Amino acid sequence: MNIVACVKQVPDTEALIKVKADGSGIEEGGIKWVMSPYDEFGVEEALKTKEKFGGEVTIVSIGPARTMETVRTALAMGAEKGIHIDDPALYNADAYATASALAAAIKGIPHDIIFCGMRAIDDDSGQVGSILAELLGLPSVTVITKLDIEGSTAKAIKPIEGAQLLIETSLPCVITAQKGLNEPRYASLPGIMKAKKKPVEVKKAADLGLTVEQKSTVAKMSPPPARPPGKIIQGDDPAAKAAEVIRLLREEAKVI
Amino acid sequence: MRELIVYAEQKGGMLVDVSLEMMAQAVQLSHRINGTISAILIGDSCGYNADELICHGAHKVYLVEDKRLALYQNAATAKVVADILSVQSPEIVLIGGTSVGTDVAARVAARLRTGLTAHCIDLSIEEIDGEDQLVQTVPGWGGRMSVKIVCPQRRPQIVTIRPGVMEKGDPDPTRRGDLIPVMPVLTEDDFGARTLAFVEEKTKAGSLDDARIIVSGGFGLYGSGGFRLIEALADVVNGEIAGTRPAVDHGWIEEERLIGQSGKNVRPRLFISIGTSGAMHYTTGFSRAQVVVAIDRNASAPIFDVAHIGIVGDLNRIIPCIIKELTKEALPERTRS
Repeated sequence: MNIVACVKQVPDTEALIKVKADGSGIEEGGIKWVMSPYDEFGVEEALKTKEKFGGEVTIVSIGPARTMETVRTALAMGAEKGIHIDDPALYNADAYATASALAAAIKGIPHDIIFCGMRAIDDDSGQVGSILAELLGLPSVTVITKLDIEGSTAKAIKPIEGAQLLIETSLPCVITAQKGLNEPRYASLPGIMKAKKKPVEVKKAADLGLTVEQKSTVAKMSPPPARPPGKIIQGDDPAAKAAEVIRLLREEAKVI
Repeated sequence: MRELIVYAEQKGGMLVDVSLEMMAQAVQLSHRINGTISAILIGDSCGYNADELICHGAHKVYLVEDKRLALYQNAATAKVVADILSVQSPEIVLIGGTSVGTDVAARVAARLRTGLTAHCIDLSIEEIDGEDQLVQTVPGWGGRMSVKIVCPQRRPQIVTIRPGVMEKGDPDPTRRGDLIPVMPVLTEDDFGARTLAFVEEKTKAGSLDDARIIVSGGFGLYGSGGFRLIEALADVVNGEIAGTRPAVDHGWIEEERLIGQSGKNVRPRLFISIGTSGAMHYTTGFSRAQVVVAIDRNASAPIFDVAHIGIVGDLNRIIPCIIKELTKEALPERTRS
């Protein structure tokens, strides 16, 4: 089976994010970059699928030179090869432009199933998998916690608010992974060594026949609005402090 | 007249809350652009929900009834919505930032080759380059950033709205609107993936979405018997329990009660956060709570920057005191009844 997993490199969840002075983006200095956690579930499911049905896993990622590290991480987990789309026109791409670039790369290779994370943890938009499916003319099953492939069909479970959807799709298709789908493996030391020799093609948008088309633009980034400072209840006696908080909640805030 | 269209999502035959929250938002925006409001209602037989949309401000309801759409079908629904939008050419389209809304919105935007901004927490109209543009605010980087996005060239401007961040309006039963039946043009090929079943989950505890009081705990409860204190306090204030990522990871609380970026976005009257340091990806989940109380032993924890009332001290001593304080006054009432 020809399996594709799309990954994005994002700032570590604990990274301190600062806005550039002109509000156009974030300061990248000092940030630790990692594979977006939901993409790890996608890579893991891709590897499990390969282990069950045979075939190979191709990793596709977009970003500047540092992105290669994340592609290598996926290769170290067990994927066979990578495509790294490195084009400045795509560095701050919106979901549509991102999905178009992924679609252009994936069109050029055989693909029976494509995995993405359900969203990246930086912009949180959660659109790329669905747009990718639409651009490739494929069915999509998004934000799933269970996948069973049998022959050329797959059944998946998609949790929604207070319910679950059982969804069936034919292959090829796009799947986006939610936490709970699997437990991503760690790269082993031999895996890391092998990954260094695995082939990764670096491509520009033009190599893929792609003109980058941005639909949305970021007008401004700013820190979230500050709130006025709250009231800290002082004192050493826990009983007195407890009584005071109850009094404030009852008499002033009137919420209990 | 410019048109604003709301995708009215339903679940189990009822409109979901965010559908009505978006109607209120559409009413506000329509005043700014002097527009009309329409809703798209899709299902098997669901016309009975049209009146509620009209009472909440819809001038028109496009009603699509088709047996094949009794369950949510992503590709087919996206085609039906995109077909209506292509004919109507609205200025703005609002879709709920639910599991279903997020799924359908991306496919609709891709079909129309327009932009989509996901999980907006605020919308406004501003004149940019001589044109009214929808300025779409989203939290980025787990709430550590506020990002304003515009879609300058393409129309419609499509956004999904985070559930629970906007208020529903009051229904006005005197409002009148038009019901416009639309015949969907769907072949088998338009379906793609097929939803076979919708299985409602019975959660054992109450819902966080409508909770008036939420007591939430974090890693600071380590060594305090986990969530024992949280459960006891929630019990006396008649609140729901919730927690941070570390609390979920320690198995103290279920994943569905996780607050924050990758969990729930709640809007209670009172949110009590106990033993939580206040990471931004957590605090973003209760930024709309009316009153936030934080209790933690670390005086410099960032949770105190977002709390209205803070108590610094030993959780094992303070929480039992609070419980005692609450029960001692409640007791006489109980004996009377």
